[in-house]
Amino acid sequence: MIASEINTGDTAWMLISTGLVLFMTPGLAFFYGGMVRAKNVLGMLMQNFFAMGLMAIIWVTIAFSLAFGNFGDGGFIGNLDFAWMRNITATTGNEAFALSIPFVLFCAYQMTFAVITPALITGATADRFKFKAYGIFIALWLVLVYAPVAHWVFGGGWLAKLGALDFAGGAVVHINAGAAALAVIIVLGKRKGWPREGMHPHNLPFTLLGTGILWFGWFGFNAGSALGANGIAATALMNTFLAASAGMLGWLLFERIKDGKPTTLGAASGAVAGLVAITPCAGFVGGMAPIIIGFLAGVLCVLAIQLKFKFGYDDSLDVIGVHLVGGLIGALLLGFFADAAVNPLVEHEGLFMGGDAKLLWFQFVASVVTMVFSFVVSFIIAKAIDKTIGMRVTEEEENEGLDYSQHAETAYSFGSTGSMDRI
Amino acid sequence: MKLVTAIIKPHKVDDVKDALKAAGLHGMTVDEVKGFGRQGGKTEIYRGAEYVVDLLPKVKIETVVPDDIADQVADIIVNAARTGKIGDGKVWISPVEKIIRIRTGELGDEAV
Repeated sequence: MIASEINTGDTAWMLISTGLVLFMTPGLAFFYGGMVRAKNVLGMLMQNFFAMGLMAIIWVTIAFSLAFGNFGDGGFIGNLDFAWMRNITATTGNEAFALSIPFVLFCAYQMTFAVITPALITGATADRFKFKAYGIFIALWLVLVYAPVAHWVFGGGWLAKLGALDFAGGAVVHINAGAAALAVIIVLGKRKGWPREGMHPHNLPFTLLGTGILWFGWFGFNAGSALGANGIAATALMNTFLAASAGMLGWLLFERIKDGKPTTLGAASGAVAGLVAITPCAGFVGGMAPIIIGFLAGVLCVLAIQLKFKFGYDDSLDVIGVHLVGGLIGALLLGFFADAAVNPLVEHEGLFMGGDAKLLWFQFVASVVTMVFSFVVSFIIAKAIDKTIGMRVTEEEENEGLDYSQHAETAYSFGSTGSMDRI
Repeated sequence: MKLVTAIIKPHKVDDVKDALKAAGLHGMTVDEVKGFGRQGGKTEIYRGAEYVVDLLPKVKIETVVPDDIADQVADIIVNAARTGKIGDGKVWISPVEKIIRIRTGELGDEAV
């Protein structure tokens, strides 16, 4: 982040990273899509794919500017300097941002984050979100929630100035999306029949395929957040790998002891929990820290997903249990493991690295503020939409499934009996 | 004419089919069905939440045979489908009023 000359190696890595992170959204679509019932799989895939369309356009027209304008001001929101693609080219901006990559590439890379973050929410709202309401919700959410939080942390806003660290988006992406998910499902209500009715996954192979794609893409998410092809990127990549592995082992070990059998869904969930938790830490920790962080995330997230049955909120595919809780675990554990020897940006080292509790306090503040802000604003947006056009599909549409009721399609049609005639 | 209907464990389909073929039977219809009997259900676990699956997958075999061999066909099925464990299924025999071969219009035993 020091050189403002464009470096070809850095640029090449960031071009690839942008592709890697974009690929996570279809990965997420299949991760979630496998977990819903067969009548809702297209609805789930569509919500995720649609984010790649709508979020990208809103990002370059306004949200990027609100997130990254007034870069480094220590404030709450950016400006309109980059709205409507203004000043976003291959040659502008990289000096002010101290980038060694073209500014337009920085904008594209951040765009992939803006696509996947609202898409994460769809796991909690599965099977009942009206498509039109979903589109309006994520459009408003990107501008009113994501852009400010991204400014606070990634855009050199007040949390960054305070001294809170977030390498690739533990707060901006995971805590943010998780808190929003909780707000939205409170407005939406439970799926009809939950929790009595069995709503088990219709295609776990999809879920495992999606997990593989997420794991692969996460190298771009975390190692790409170094914004260059350098040692910190390499460390982040290794940490990402190890945390996913340890997360999977932690979840499976817990399951094996508690339920008797290690499950494929548990393997997938544990890996994702580890990936979520390492996200804020990826370029700031080293050694065995990622293994501890990933393992703890695996064990604590498998416990956290049981909370919904206690409190009676229908977090359908455990976005809160995995992303909110996993994000919090990562953000707070950074207060223990942050290592200045890994990254000179670490001003206050973690408690276990010989530092004091300063960083842990900053991490706590950043996590709580992000959580509260995201929850409150998301709740207001969701309520407003609910009062006007309605957030939820009708009972009949819910019974029928989102695939047909929202998109006039069916995911699976096997056999030749009852085939369709064109009218 | 009798209709022999059997509900059996899915993995026993090939054994039953081979045994019926070996006995010279000409045809059967197979359906994948779900149901429960004394076996009860089984438990599946997804992210720690347990689900009881009380309708288990079974296979239904139907074959129409002349009256005099119906008992013998039922015995063949029983022997081929038996594992000795709970959930092996049932076989029953019921009367058939009329049977027609669609291609030729043949009736009764000739149509079987």
